Amino acid sequence: MNQLSKRALLGVTAAAALAALVGCGKKEEPKQAAAPAAPAAAPAAEPLKAAWVYLGPVGDAGWTFAHDQGRKAVEAEFGDKVKTTFVEKVPESADAERVIRDLAAQGNKIIFTTSFGYMEPTLKVAAEFPDVKFEHATGYKLAPNLSVYDTRFYQDAYLSGIIAGAMSKTNTLGFVGSFPIPEVLRNINAFTLGAQSVNPKIKTKVVWISTWFDPPKEAEAAQSLINAGADVLIQNTDSSAVLQTAEKNGKYAFGWDADMSAVAPKAHLASNMVYWGPYYKKAVKSVMDGTWKSDRTIWGYKEGANGVVKIADQVPEDIKKKVAEVKEGYKAGTMDPFKGPIVDNEGKERLPKDAMPDQAWKDKVDFYVMGVDGKIPASK
Amino acid sequence: MNELALLIAATLASGTPLAIAGLGLLINEKAGVLNLGAEGIMLVAAIAGFAAAFNSGSDTLAFVAGAAAGGLLAAAFGALVIWLNTNQYATGLAVSLFGYGFSAFVGVGYVGQKLSERTTFDVPGLSQIPFIGPALFRHHPMIYIAIALVAVTVWFLYRSRAGLVLRAVGESPESAHSLGYKVRWIRLMAVVAGGALCGVAGAFLSVVYAPLWVEGLVAGRGWIALALTTFATWRPVRVLLGAYLFGGVTMAQFALQGAGVNVSSQLLAMLPYVATIVVLAIISRNPTWIRINMPASLGKPFHPGT
Repeated sequence: MNQLSKRALLGVTAAAALAALVGCGKKEEPKQAAAPAAPAAAPAAEPLKAAWVYLGPVGDAGWTFAHDQGRKAVEAEFGDKVKTTFVEKVPESADAERVIRDLAAQGNKIIFTTSFGYMEPTLKVAAEFPDVKFEHATGYKLAPNLSVYDTRFYQDAYLSGIIAGAMSKTNTLGFVGSFPIPEVLRNINAFTLGAQSVNPKIKTKVVWISTWFDPPKEAEAAQSLINAGADVLIQNTDSSAVLQTAEKNGKYAFGWDADMSAVAPKAHLASNMVYWGPYYKKAVKSVMDGTWKSDRTIWGYKEGANGVVKIADQVPEDIKKKVAEVKEGYKAGTMDPFKGPIVDNEGKERLPKDAMPDQAWKDKVDFYVMGVDGKIPASK
Repeated sequence: MNELALLIAATLASGTPLAIAGLGLLINEKAGVLNLGAEGIMLVAAIAGFAAAFNSGSDTLAFVAGAAAGGLLAAAFGALVIWLNTNQYATGLAVSLFGYGFSAFVGVGYVGQKLSERTTFDVPGLSQIPFIGPALFRHHPMIYIAIALVAVTVWFLYRSRAGLVLRAVGESPESAHSLGYKVRWIRLMAVVAGGALCGVAGAFLSVVYAPLWVEGLVAGRGWIALALTTFATWRPVRVLLGAYLFGGVTMAQFALQGAGVNVSSQLLAMLPYVATIVVLAIISRNPTWIRINMPASLGKPFHPGT
């Protein structure tokens, strides 16, 4: 109680001080006057300013769209206690640094940079604004005022694998990959392992297209996988072109990053979702409370950050049940797609039987599991 | 064997938009105008075509809309470079950037939308022949129209009087002008025709090939088409073969990956441009080659009366 009233008092004082300041500066530049006055002082009176930096347009129906849904969740949760802004289509270049610095200078107290390529710019600007909290998605470099966060997408990929393994008639799955980085390799492996858990004969073929986004190329890659005998496809790329190619050919596929069931009603088996909202709410809340600290956070099913949704009616009931069971296992922490034994496709054991992989192991996935065809293209 | 047939089929489909756009650019380059705006024109046409198909359900209308949008944007480009004598390179690049932004802007509402049921096309009888059927006779009509367009262009450029005039305008606009031909109007018509063909190619991508609309859908194919005209040394048949070659390289690389053979997709992605530079280097070494093939006034503005 004491604490509360103290804070309220502080708030009132700060608000009065602020009003005075704004009053003074009014004739010149009221907005600028407000910005430097805000720090640390009045979390109760002034809405917390939070900003997002997006790679794509919010209308991309994929990656950026999902982040923007998260931002909207923050707005819905905190109402007028928070003021959010976003900048979309920010290239992963020197421009990113300028945008992030602008946002920090405008008085935002927490800034989310939502693509891997923003890592260095975010780090640099974070050093210049020690009072501002920074949050970088999918990265790994931390600073006293810079946290990183990610989701466990491979949990989704494993569940989709279970469905794919049950629906494949040719025992051949196809994966359209962007770049051979650990994140994508984890998804390929989890997808294959999930399929093998219901159908040990499953093989996965992979085609790399060296881009996150080129719908005609995604369609071409999907077509070539179908030509090679794959009858259930999934992708780690950003458009629905793979799904639509499957629909054209009478095959199956999955939605990625967004609910794509409407795009291909016959081919769509399920959509793999990522929900950034819960994490964004937690991060914004911790800044409001003053409990924010630099950390690496990876959320999955347990925290409501992932989900396989809109499972098609044609998927057999027992498979749906198995998917539900694995989901429960994720939530209880007893299930991990990479629970040992994990053997790579050259026969080498990567994780012994019954061992649970730690985060460091997952960060360094650089192999295909047994059942994936071919070799990972060299990164050089 | 069957996989090879499917690879051939995929190559034809993948090369077709390049061939149509390349042919369009060849026509306006033969008249002496270099249109670097191809990428932007294809994007605007792609969203126009997609919107038409989405709202009317008709593919034919989509191609008409694509051609109209492409022709219109090309006409604006043509008016700028032909009458106002703005720099062709800078204006073309501006059109390209404009097209990118404009198509994204008007296309926002169409992202993630689905076109009506896509029909498949089988040539009756022929499509049942083993190997040849699946390779050659199960395509969208546009694949065959592209081949016919090449034949028509060859006839037009090299066998018709109008084609001769068009080439004369590209070679020596001064001579054509002194013979009483309206150089500027002929150039404008060539530019509009080129833009319309780029538009058909753009609509093909969004309505038949992908088939969907997202920002930046064309993803560099306009630039490949531009490279293609040089690669083909301004010959229509070579444009078609080059388009199949460029399309085929991508498809072959995916097929190899699917079969478990390791090839670098980055390397293959730059192949069309490397090939173009090599061809340029070869033809530039030989002055007669340049004289025979490259329109002499390509990229140069024409001022009547000077």
